[in-house]
Amino acid sequence: MAMEVTQVLLNAQSIDGAVRKNAEDSLKQFQEQNLPVFLVSLSGELANEEKPVETRKLAGLVLKNALDAKEQHRKFELVQRWLSLDGNAKSQIKACLLTTLTSPVSDARSTASQVIAKVAGIELPHKQWPELIGSLLSNVHQLPAQAKQATLETLGYLCEEVSPDVIDQDQVNKILTAVVQGMSSSEGNTDVRLAATRALYNALGFAQANFSNDMERDYIMRVVCEATLCPEVRIRQAAFECLVSISSTYYEKLAPYIQDIFNITAKAVREDEEPVALQAIEFWSSICDEEIDILEEYGGDFTGDSDIPCFYFIKQALPALVPMLLETLLKQEEDQDQDEGAWNIAMAGGTCLGLVARTVGDDIVPLVVPFIEENISKPDWRQREAATYAFGSILEGPSPEKLIPLVNVALTFMLSALTKDPNSHVKDTTAWTLGRIFEFLHGSVVDSPIISQANCQQIITVLLQSMKDTPNVAEKACGALYFLAQGYEEMGPSSPLTPFFQEIVQSLLTVTHREDAGESRLRTAAYETLNEVVRCSTDETAPLVLQLVPVIMMELHNTLEGQKLSSDEREKQSELQGLLCGCLQVIIQKLGASEPTKYVFMQYADQIMGLFLRVFACRSATVHEEAMLAIGALAYATGADFAKYMPEFYRYLEMGLQNFEEYQVCAVTVGVVGDISRALEEKIVPYCDGIMTQLLKNLSSNQLHRSVKPPIFSCFGDIALAVGEYFEKYLMWAMSALQSAAELSTHIAGDDELVEYTNSLRNGILEAYSGIFQGFKNSPKTQLLIPYAPHILQFLDGIYMEKDMDDVVMKTAIGVLGDLADTLGSHAGSMIQQSVSSKDFLNECLSSEDLMIKESAEWAKLAISRAISV
Amino acid sequence: MAPHDIRRPFKRAAISDQQKRRELSLLRQAQNRRDAQQQARCLASSILSLQSAAPESQPEQSDIELETVPEAEQESEAFSKDLDVRQASKLRGPEVRKWFARQLMLPEWMIDVPDRLAQDWYVFARPAGKRCFVVSSNGTTVSRQRNGSILHHFPSALPAGAKIRDGSGSAQSYCILDCIFHELDQTYYVIDMVCWNGYSLYDCTAEFRFYWLNSKLEESGACNAPSHYHKFRFSAVPVYNCDQSGLHAAYTGVVPYAKDGLLFYNKHALYQTGNTPLALVWKDENCSQYVIDTDGKGEIPSQQQVVLELQDDRKLVTSDDPPVLFGCLDGDIIEKSGLHTGNLLRFAIGDGGLSFVDGKLEKADLIYLGKSNRARAFADSYSKVLFQFMVRHSPLKIDDLLASINSANDQEKTPSDIEMVG
Repeated sequence: MAMEVTQVLLNAQSIDGAVRKNAEDSLKQFQEQNLPVFLVSLSGELANEEKPVETRKLAGLVLKNALDAKEQHRKFELVQRWLSLDGNAKSQIKACLLTTLTSPVSDARSTASQVIAKVAGIELPHKQWPELIGSLLSNVHQLPAQAKQATLETLGYLCEEVSPDVIDQDQVNKILTAVVQGMSSSEGNTDVRLAATRALYNALGFAQANFSNDMERDYIMRVVCEATLCPEVRIRQAAFECLVSISSTYYEKLAPYIQDIFNITAKAVREDEEPVALQAIEFWSSICDEEIDILEEYGGDFTGDSDIPCFYFIKQALPALVPMLLETLLKQEEDQDQDEGAWNIAMAGGTCLGLVARTVGDDIVPLVVPFIEENISKPDWRQREAATYAFGSILEGPSPEKLIPLVNVALTFMLSALTKDPNSHVKDTTAWTLGRIFEFLHGSVVDSPIISQANCQQIITVLLQSMKDTPNVAEKACGALYFLAQGYEEMGPSSPLTPFFQEIVQSLLTVTHREDAGESRLRTAAYETLNEVVRCSTDETAPLVLQLVPVIMMELHNTLEGQKLSSDEREKQSELQGLLCGCLQVIIQKLGASEPTKYVFMQYADQIMGLFLRVFACRSATVHEEAMLAIGALAYATGADFAKYMPEFYRYLEMGLQNFEEYQVCAVTVGVVGDISRALEEKIVPYCDGIMTQLLKNLSSNQLHRSVKPPIFSCFGDIALAVGEYFEKYLMWAMSALQSAAELSTHIAGDDELVEYTNSLRNGILEAYSGIFQGFKNSPKTQLLIPYAPHILQFLDGIYMEKDMDDVVMKTAIGVLGDLADTLGSHAGSMIQQSVSSKDFLNECLSSEDLMIKESAEWAKLAISRAISV
Repeated sequence: MAPHDIRRPFKRAAISDQQKRRELSLLRQAQNRRDAQQQARCLASSILSLQSAAPESQPEQSDIELETVPEAEQESEAFSKDLDVRQASKLRGPEVRKWFARQLMLPEWMIDVPDRLAQDWYVFARPAGKRCFVVSSNGTTVSRQRNGSILHHFPSALPAGAKIRDGSGSAQSYCILDCIFHELDQTYYVIDMVCWNGYSLYDCTAEFRFYWLNSKLEESGACNAPSHYHKFRFSAVPVYNCDQSGLHAAYTGVVPYAKDGLLFYNKHALYQTGNTPLALVWKDENCSQYVIDTDGKGEIPSQQQVVLELQDDRKLVTSDDPPVLFGCLDGDIIEKSGLHTGNLLRFAIGDGGLSFVDGKLEKADLIYLGKSNRARAFADSYSKVLFQFMVRHSPLKIDDLLASINSANDQEKTPSDIEMVG
């Protein structure tokens, strides 16, 4: 049997496809027929020093894949399977794995490390394999260097795999001790030291207690800082990675070390190799992230008791930090602006400078302005580009009062540079900077406008001209136009862009047809800008937007004509269809918002729907989503007439609801079901069986991303409201799903993200109840709802008592109370009177400052008084 | 263990346009859901309360407007057959008034005598008073006038009409009655039954509805004297087959209420909301105080006045479907008075009167008076104008009705070759 595994594994790596396929099939068969033997054989193969290295490695990988998977549900299955595996088999496998750690073959050791971590990830939370950490630690002191290195690596992977609360502090202390000792300069072996440094990166999350202890923290910090000076570059890089991680995990403990860290990072940024310098810059970017978060919380909450105080490290380091970052800007690479994967020290430095500006605001301006003035007109393109990039970077953060005088001076210069500078990189950054100017300093938020009637014409001329430049410059020019248009949103009936509307649209369409529009995401940027121009257009240009409809339709039609596409061409076609459907969605939403334009637009509805159906027929997920979004907008504009499209459209609707893997598509489709319910009302009845069945299936699936579940509940409400008492058919199932979700979401235990999710779940459940009550209102079947009333009232009381609902939930919840009273009337009178919600909660909502809550509460009060009076 | 990627977005907007489109869609959907929910709530309360959305009770009369008091048989547009409550959910503010106006069956005025009156029709004396819908549901009863305003909100002995703990008023049951409230004896006279105890009678013939009305109303105790749980008395009206004796009884018989003309209902007609020729109203001085239109001061103007709607091409038409053309308005007047399509205009009928050819209106002598009262929702119907014209010139008399029945009787007696399938 063991012999056989080796051959099969070898075959599985064969270049001959048929042989490979055969081998993969036998592995699968083996796995299905006898899992314990299969896994034991694999671990035996991995441990066997006589086997070829490639089969040992592959055996380890197959073993690892039998323990873990990306998909949540599959992972769960694998974990269950491992836990129920025969104990002897598991012991054998573990023994093989631990033995392999001492193998002279480095690939075998490294593979074994990863598999051990996976097994630990499953077993430690179940209090199994308690001797693992002890035996690993005891090995550290006795083994030859290569085994020590493998053991430290295993500890690193283990810390990545297992959550800190699973390992008790005593073991944590021992792990940290071993790791930090391995890192220290007294460790002579470079590989050991590197493995230890990388292990610390993962172990930092376990060191909460140790970082609270001054002595231990000092020790860890000293070792990390020493490692940043190690002769081996990989160790320096790994040590800086640790510092970056510490900066976000232990921000509040950094004060004693920040001066030293500044010195270390400054030296690395100026002198060290790029991978190290990048990490050193990242340390400061990360500190900025922390301080921006903290200061934002300060701003939002005037009581000022944020959990973590701001130490203003950036503000203190400013005089030294800014010059250091400005220096990096001059280290650009040639053609970095055309390489989408580029990431270098100039880019990292500029990005950090932008973050610093957001952290300290006005204080950065006087430190950067001299650099800009000195370099902006130099003959060396690097200096001009660096100056422009510095200017663009500080446009977010400082106050408009501080920036507008600068911008007023710079604007003309920038416009001229964008057309005349001989260097493409400078033009790219100039166009980007103009975009930032329009993004942050143009529009209704700014008191003194930087764009006047006088320079508006010039700006547009320059931007449209630049759209003919190289793809990367043209893309930035589109971006600048995007923000220019956005700033004129809500300008009233007349927009300064109106005289140029036709020309802008024409230029953007021309850009989309450029042969090189596929580079630098130029085509995407052009369509996105077109969308924003349409969104921000006014009634004056509505006829021009209408004219755009057949144009975009024709474009979409053209994408459907291609025959027999290669997979590469198919992907491009699908991307283009997505852009065009997105554009049509924006246009439909715009024109559908006012009656006269909607009326004229509707002449295209049949044709547009025909095109969307053909796009679906091409089958690709992103298009699917964009076309789906567009159809939602179309259904809203069309109203009840949408019924005529349903026979053909329904199958795609169902397909969308079944798309668990791309959950965005599923979520968008659920939203469209809501649109269609409102549009069709009772005409949706013939499709309800299919839709409701699928939605209930989705709810019970553990494969579907949880974020889709709240909208599904809301969708129940949409359907119930549309079909009224016909919903009776689904009532029992829907109510049972709602009830169990309600029980789960009454109490929240978890982080902010979970609180947010739970509130969105509550909102979905409550919207469902509202829709159902209002749908059954005035029907002879309202009595069917009576049995559910006690639970619903209990749910309302429950979430009220938890005191952690957000305003949206509050508004929906009090509305449900009203709907219940309104529909059930006297039958629920005494129940309602006994509920906390009808008193304290209602009163709280009645005196709310949120108008929507107040309005719902007043409605509820009226409905309740009717239900309990007379 | 490989180094960790620390790349940050470079020169890129943080939010993609696709994400923005998604978010805007969600925003729109949430807004639409809120609207739908809000409308459903308004409507649920529309029958019962709708305080905020319903217009304040319109003055029954104004100083300029001509009304047939107290009932204005105004016309409405195309109607749906059923009282679909959800339809009303789309309505707001002033629309509510039109909606309620459309829920009642509105008789045409009798301008000639229908065939087979004796066989196919009922007749009864119409009580003088306010026409209204009475809805009982959820333990309370609400009456609403045609303009949507609430007349009374009260407990009643109708099913689901009061909160009494004998379990009779289950939540799903409700009643909708077509009534006239008679001020003098504070009684709701039920002239038709639309829903009873959750059971819809829309699709039932008048024959069945009247049978059901007479048996169920009595049974419910709604006809009893007022009490704590029953604030107003209800009463059925005596309905007769429209034969000689029935018509005579309706016309001359003593009833506890003031009469306002006679109503004729075709026995086979379903409850059709809006205007219908299968229900007719007829009046003369003997059975109504309000035969000829009065103005706001209760005085009869010297010339008949009509309200017509101005259309695109200067045409003046009635509210019928299809509209009946009465003439064209002078372009000068339109310009001088700043009139628009859709305006409702008041005219006097001059000495030239109305002339007919082959029973069709050929010419009307119209004198422009001005715009009609804002409270008016519809122009006059053809039958109303003609009835009023006839009243002033050659009224249809009770003797004509009786004669028609007699002659029909005569015909019935003579043997005929034709099989009547009617």
